Amino acid sequence: MTWLLALILLPLVGAAVVAGMKSNDKLAVATALAVTVVELLLVIPFWASYSPSGARIQQATTMDWIPSFGIHISFGTDGISLVMIAVIALLVPIVVGALGLTDKLPAGRSAGGFLSLIMLQEALTIGVFAATDVFLFYVLFEIMLIPMYFLIGGYGGPNRQYAAVKFFLYSFLGGLIMLASAIGAYALSVDKYGKGTFDWATLVTVVRDAPKGTQIWLFLGFFLAFAIKAPLVPFHTWLPDAAGQAPIGVAVLLVGVLDKVGTFGFLRYCLPMFPEASKALAPLVLVLSVVGILYGSILAAGQTDMKRFIAYVSIAHFGFIALGIFTFNEQAMVGSVSYMLNHSLATGMLIVVVGLVIMRGGSTRISDYGGMAKVTPLLGGMLLIAGLSTLSLPGTNSFISEFLVLLGSFVDHPVYTILATLGMVLAAAYVLWLYQRVMQGPVRGDALFLPAPTGSPTPTSAGSASAVGTATVVDSKALKAIKDLGVREIAILAPMVVLIIGLGFYPKPVLDTVTPSVQQTLSAVQGGK
Amino acid sequence: MTASSWLLVAFPALGALALFLLGKRAKGWGHLLGTGTVVASFVFGLLLFFAADGKSTVDTKLYSWIPVSSLQVDFGIRIDALSLTFVLLITGVGMLIHFYSIGYMAEDAARHRFFAYLNLFVASMLILVLGNNFITLYLGWEGVGLASYLLIGWYQDRPSAATAAKKAFLMNRVGDVGLALAIFLMFSYVGSTGYAEVFANIDKIPPGAVTAIGLLLLLGACGKSGQFPLQAWLPDAMEGPTPVSALIHAATMVTAGVYLVARSNTIFNASPDARLVVTIIGAITLLIGCVIGCAYDDIKKVLAYSTVSQIGYMMLAVGLGPVGYALGIMHLVAHGFFKAGLFLGAGSVMHAMNDEVDMRKFGGLAKKMPITFVTFGLGYLALIGFPFLSGYFTKDAIIEAAFGEEGWRGWVFGGAAMLGAGLTAFYMTRLVIMTFFGKERWKDIKSSDGRDFHPHESKPVMWIPMAILAVGSVGAGAFFKIGDRFTTWLAPSVGALEKSEHGPLSAGLITTFTLVLIALGVVAAWAFVRRGVPVERPERVSIFVRAARNDLYGNTLNETLVARPGTWLSRALVYVDNRGVDGAVNGLAALLGGGSGRLRRLQTGFVRSYALSMLGGTFLLVVALLLVRFS
Repeated sequence: MTWLLALILLPLVGAAVVAGMKSNDKLAVATALAVTVVELLLVIPFWASYSPSGARIQQATTMDWIPSFGIHISFGTDGISLVMIAVIALLVPIVVGALGLTDKLPAGRSAGGFLSLIMLQEALTIGVFAATDVFLFYVLFEIMLIPMYFLIGGYGGPNRQYAAVKFFLYSFLGGLIMLASAIGAYALSVDKYGKGTFDWATLVTVVRDAPKGTQIWLFLGFFLAFAIKAPLVPFHTWLPDAAGQAPIGVAVLLVGVLDKVGTFGFLRYCLPMFPEASKALAPLVLVLSVVGILYGSILAAGQTDMKRFIAYVSIAHFGFIALGIFTFNEQAMVGSVSYMLNHSLATGMLIVVVGLVIMRGGSTRISDYGGMAKVTPLLGGMLLIAGLSTLSLPGTNSFISEFLVLLGSFVDHPVYTILATLGMVLAAAYVLWLYQRVMQGPVRGDALFLPAPTGSPTPTSAGSASAVGTATVVDSKALKAIKDLGVREIAILAPMVVLIIGLGFYPKPVLDTVTPSVQQTLSAVQGGK
Repeated sequence: MTASSWLLVAFPALGALALFLLGKRAKGWGHLLGTGTVVASFVFGLLLFFAADGKSTVDTKLYSWIPVSSLQVDFGIRIDALSLTFVLLITGVGMLIHFYSIGYMAEDAARHRFFAYLNLFVASMLILVLGNNFITLYLGWEGVGLASYLLIGWYQDRPSAATAAKKAFLMNRVGDVGLALAIFLMFSYVGSTGYAEVFANIDKIPPGAVTAIGLLLLLGACGKSGQFPLQAWLPDAMEGPTPVSALIHAATMVTAGVYLVARSNTIFNASPDARLVVTIIGAITLLIGCVIGCAYDDIKKVLAYSTVSQIGYMMLAVGLGPVGYALGIMHLVAHGFFKAGLFLGAGSVMHAMNDEVDMRKFGGLAKKMPITFVTFGLGYLALIGFPFLSGYFTKDAIIEAAFGEEGWRGWVFGGAAMLGAGLTAFYMTRLVIMTFFGKERWKDIKSSDGRDFHPHESKPVMWIPMAILAVGSVGAGAFFKIGDRFTTWLAPSVGALEKSEHGPLSAGLITTFTLVLIALGVVAAWAFVRRGVPVERPERVSIFVRAARNDLYGNTLNETLVARPGTWLSRALVYVDNRGVDGAVNGLAALLGGGSGRLRRLQTGFVRSYALSMLGGTFLLVVALLLVRFS
């Protein structure tokens, strides 16, 4: 059994085991944590056994599924999917460990059910990244929606049903259109060989020679599914609702990893299968990307809800990723792939930190907070670190990817790049403004104070006074007993901080891993071989 | 020994890291660690300086930072005359200010964190000047921006401090976009971002692109160095503790723009147009700074605008090209001494005066704080260009070089620089008289927190650094200028200093006129202040004074042109996104599924719409198949 199958099966087994632990939440959390940490440890030999200079797809395993249609269950990995698999393996234990710190489960719900869905999600998402059969990819692409649908709809905020259905319908419809295109590609292979196949490597060689008109239609089917997933403006409106209503841990996986299936799809399916169409439609995608960067950034600045804020920030970042992919430049594309990793880390940390803030204040509204760094300086520092990575400060991981995207895109598309570079200023504006409103200034805001007792003048409790220290309290009401970060919370954030700064100064392992796969993708587009 | 030059950065970087990780556990001794690392860097810098032959440029590769096939960005260090000069300025002045901060921040409960930020700043600033690649420079460039952001917002429960910090970062980011685009242009033409490769291939870049690169670098320089039109953040940055103003917003970080132009001299040599714009920006800024400096009553803001104006001189100088690069850097180093000294003196005054910054409430402090008065006074004389002190040599050289330009340029730039010297003398004399001489206006009033004023001299840990800087203010100029020591030393980095022959005026005449203007400025200020200083600021003033008090409407302009339209746009788009884009989607769903209300109630109707989606999908599928088959 290869490492890859082990990576898919382990969380599946874990999900089944944990699903049975309805009555004992502690045991469920401990089991889920153990399984997902082992999963993360398994990624290390998996990564080590990948040879960047080796074959296009490595670790391949395949078995028949529906032989009459040439459908196989086949998995394999290249540098790009390897990085994405590593990201989800890293984020899931963090999400498991954060349960209870960033989210309370709704009354009457057991941790077992929640964690089981999370692990199921992990297995399916790894499957999506690893699938090398187009039909298998489609099936997993759609099945992957189901645990997420239940995670949002079952455990989310007050408007969760609406958000979950919207999320499901958008992605599902996109997937169906993709299926149509996939079948179209299959039909082409029937034309060529008499017997059709869904094998990715074979389809690539078949479809890339199809006439441009055919390519464009098939491309659009795949592209639409991925543009919804990623999401690109104007297919983005499901994300703020989904991320805004999802529990924090689920939002981490949704924005951090699931959305990357979209940009991953551009790289794995759109570009190599439909090179002519990709080139012909690139200007359109570049426009959408730049619009997305500016539109997402401006909207992020205007948000009043922290979780929706993060959703719009991500929409802007997906604009950068798409820009780097469709500019067909090596540096830019490597930048985009590393952006997929770095955005997961930066935004993942941002969501977790925002979750820690929300758990303390009990509100997602930005205006309910103020001057919190005076009460919780460590939490303030963590929000700043996540924010600085979000605004791509040099020395953090995101700088490497954003700079590479812009540097590479500039070579052939200076005008788009100049507009995109304005996103750097906007990012600084929305991040620092959020930080200022939540953390700086005098301690204020409804979320941080106890409701004033009616009738009598408010007494100042000794406990809250010691928590505030020398804070300037403008409100006469008593401050809630809000604590700074605890040991468990630090343990969850520490790996992300280390990676954010570590990959900012030493990104070479990631860049070296993805560069050959990017080169192969590019040469497929440019018709090199 | 140059092989281990990374130690220069490593000391303060590790200091910052240790202080961040230890947090409160370093409370008792964090300031000593923070200061120690900078002392170590300074000593190591001195060793490198004495070991250097001053002629060679040594690039050391530390490790491969961003390798993506044809783009190979190494984390490398360049040791040459220019970088060593900055290393000594940064660590030398930095070390003194670290010592001073031990005393100045003694009452602050988070002093250990303050020193972590200061160490972070020194490390970033050293990366900025030591890097041998434009991307390493960019790393340091935004790193110092972060340190500046953290330190301006030090008193972060003050909304004004938080706003000032954010403003500084944002205006810097606008400049950084310029720097980034310049780097993109270099990469697209040369395929590299390293100094050596870019400078060696400068003739392969078309002239128009070279000018564009120069102008974009200038945009970056304007952001960092508070030059027109991005000057408005620097005065607000005075919200930070005074040692920060001295180190970051006077002596080192804000001069990074001048460093950038001098470092990129190959690029600017190739584009006279870009150089001309640099000179114009410098001239405009130096006058703006002087004019506004005359109107403020806040001692730190006057000094801040003075910094804006003095950096304007430096920009003007480096914009002149080979006749000015070394002069700009020479004034930069001398300015580092006397302006840091002046800020530390202002901090000493504030320390004595319950953190009051309004000079109208000062007066007669010379007797109460003799050491501060003497050191401040020497810094003042050096700044206005009193004969044989630092500023006399370094500023005079710039004025002379500016007059050396051909035709109208000589008159305009030289005239602006000379006029600036007179205005500088005016506002600085006004500041010194209002603070140290005359009636003790603080005797009859209380500070804003209701305490009486009891001015007193500062502790030795604070005044000793002031005294050392005062020695620098007095002697640096003469030391640099006599025998052309400084310009000769810098020649390997920025080229030999050329003499301009076009000047309409002789050197002696220029010096004489300048001195006359300075004397006039001093006398005018004396006559102006002699009428008495009301403690309350007079509001019935001329339109010119009002304009100067309002920063010549720079902030108003930013507000109307950028901030307010930005807010409107953001609000409008949020509305459109919620009503328009999402509305269209829901409308489509309504069309297909019979009412967007049903979308909300889909829980019950889920199976039906699932079936509908399947139907729709199958329809599309058949269409697609037909298209593929028959196209």
